[in-house]
Amino acid sequence: MKIHEYQAKDFFKSFGIPIFDYIVCKTPEEAVAAYNTLGINDVVVKAQVLTGGRGKAGGVKLAHNAEEVRKHAADILALTIKEYPVEKIIVTQASTILKEFYASYTIDRNTKSVILIISAEGGIDIEEVAAKTPEKILTFSIDPFVGVPDYLARKFAFTLVSEPHQVTQLAGILKDLYQLFIEKDASLAEINPLVIDGDGNLKALDAKMTFDDNALFRHPDVLELFEPTPEERVEADAKSKGFSYVHLDGSIGCMVNGAGLAMGTVDVIHLYGGTPANFLDIGGSSNPQKIIDAMTLLLNDKSVKVVLINIFGGITRCDDVANGLIKAFQQVETNIPVVVRLTGTNEKEGREILKDTDFIVAESMEQAIQSAVAKCRA
Amino acid sequence: MSILINESSRIIVQGITGRDGRFHTEKMKAYKTKIVGGTSPGKGGTEVLGIPVFNTVYQAVEETAADTSIIFVPAKMAADAIMEAADAGIQLIIYITEGIPTLDVVKAQRFVKMKGATLLGPNCPGLISPGKSMVGILPTHIFQKGNVGVISRSGTLTYEVVYQLTTNGMGQSSAVGMGGDPVTGLYFIELLQMLQDDPETEAIVFIGEIGGNAEEQAAEFITKNVTKPVVAFIAGQYAPPGKQMGHAGAIVAGGAGSAKDKVAALERAGIKVAKEPSAIPGLLKELLKK
Repeated sequence: MKIHEYQAKDFFKSFGIPIFDYIVCKTPEEAVAAYNTLGINDVVVKAQVLTGGRGKAGGVKLAHNAEEVRKHAADILALTIKEYPVEKIIVTQASTILKEFYASYTIDRNTKSVILIISAEGGIDIEEVAAKTPEKILTFSIDPFVGVPDYLARKFAFTLVSEPHQVTQLAGILKDLYQLFIEKDASLAEINPLVIDGDGNLKALDAKMTFDDNALFRHPDVLELFEPTPEERVEADAKSKGFSYVHLDGSIGCMVNGAGLAMGTVDVIHLYGGTPANFLDIGGSSNPQKIIDAMTLLLNDKSVKVVLINIFGGITRCDDVANGLIKAFQQVETNIPVVVRLTGTNEKEGREILKDTDFIVAESMEQAIQSAVAKCRA
Repeated sequence: MSILINESSRIIVQGITGRDGRFHTEKMKAYKTKIVGGTSPGKGGTEVLGIPVFNTVYQAVEETAADTSIIFVPAKMAADAIMEAADAGIQLIIYITEGIPTLDVVKAQRFVKMKGATLLGPNCPGLISPGKSMVGILPTHIFQKGNVGVISRSGTLTYEVVYQLTTNGMGQSSAVGMGGDPVTGLYFIELLQMLQDDPETEAIVFIGEIGGNAEEQAAEFITKNVTKPVVAFIAGQYAPPGKQMGHAGAIVAGGAGSAKDKVAALERAGIKVAKEPSAIPGLLKELLKK
């Protein structure tokens, strides 16, 4: 789950990481009022959207007086950045920048640990730095049973700065950021840029955090910041019913048991020249209500022309699935052709049950997908 | 021989009194897996399906000399259960359920490693050595004893592939699901090494998916260390970037982890990559002829 910069900065502040004060605004008038409240000459107006690339899109602008604040605020609030309309901006102090660094904690699959990534090249796309000049990036794997004690924080800090008070400040920031990462079950906590300002002090000019969806149950304070896009809303609703759903742009609605098989189904539909309308993993169950819910979800998408049900009956028995399908479709009204593939435990019995129904029954995944693609073209 | 488990593995079920624990214990027992005990704090002294239940894993190990544990406790308590097993001296720990916070896995797997034990999963279907033992939730009837080792990040895709193998007369030596989470205990390379060393395994099928770089590492590892024929399948060719495809670990993030990169890495290493699961048996037969 992603949150806005200003929300991440709230977390930073409560964990002791230094930031410049900011005010969140929704209109140019609010922005001007915020400018007056801050009472400083030079400010930055920044778009608050849940995506990167704000600077390149014109979503971050310097202003030196109330009129400029009003103009930039109006311009930025009219932007749509990567399909995200800008609804909120912040007005915050513009900083003199003596130096820019990069610092983040994230989870690394290879070392199976949290890693700290730091670089003396901040302010720019870290993936670009990583690709072009990997030697400018330092990574440190953190032992979960050790964390980031003072001696490690100092070691990390000395790689970027040498002024004693800056080392102390940076070490403190790296400790606090780790604490925040762990306590809130983040998957990313990033400061880019982390700057030395005109007074020689370290400040987090930007803040980015994402969180582990699996851990949200123990962080209601994070969960309440969830601002889903319409698409994410559909996905979240599906999740509350025990489904994994991702909208795609095609015309074959799929219902599959298991994430891997669902991904494979999407791939093979493409391989046979069709286009999947979605990825949907309904998990392993023959419960008719689950099939009704899944069908409702698929049929809400008006571009669905054919429904493909790909069930590999492992623990779930195919005859149970077949009975579930019949019960479910007594309650679902649709003229859309439904192709069913049943393989696994009691597959013959399952297919027998579906014999004299409107379902188009297939014996293999390939056969089912070919028939769904053909139906779609017809 | 087979990898990780065999007919003499002594298994306990943590969370044996729960609905899932009990259900799958019955299935494992029916496959003649040697289940020697179960645990459920507060229910020690009782029995489930004739299997003695203990309060702690420590007691269970002491009384039954168990060396393997399969865990069915809810995701919230997962890390604790995994660490209890490792601390009690269990050598192989299998965690099935999905939804464990990643930082809990990071901690638990580190602890398991410190104790010299091995973790399989989380978010995995377990493993089977056909005809010998099954520890997990795999549908045993689709497996057949044979010489193909199957390793995978996905449960149902494993079943699909194994079904194709079995119906084409190609039995399996071992099939292992490493789990669909971003961080899991065993990765492909450890499993590839085990299959390479296993005299019963003649060929290997490995099923990867988007997210991370376990497949790229596997490709490199195979080039250097695996002499047996390998066929791969990578799921998620058409997954939109930034979207999690069911598994917590199946996500193309920051341009990394795409199926295209993985397939390219495998093909560069000379590994045959099947375009669809049903193409796997044919590719394997070709390689085995050589």
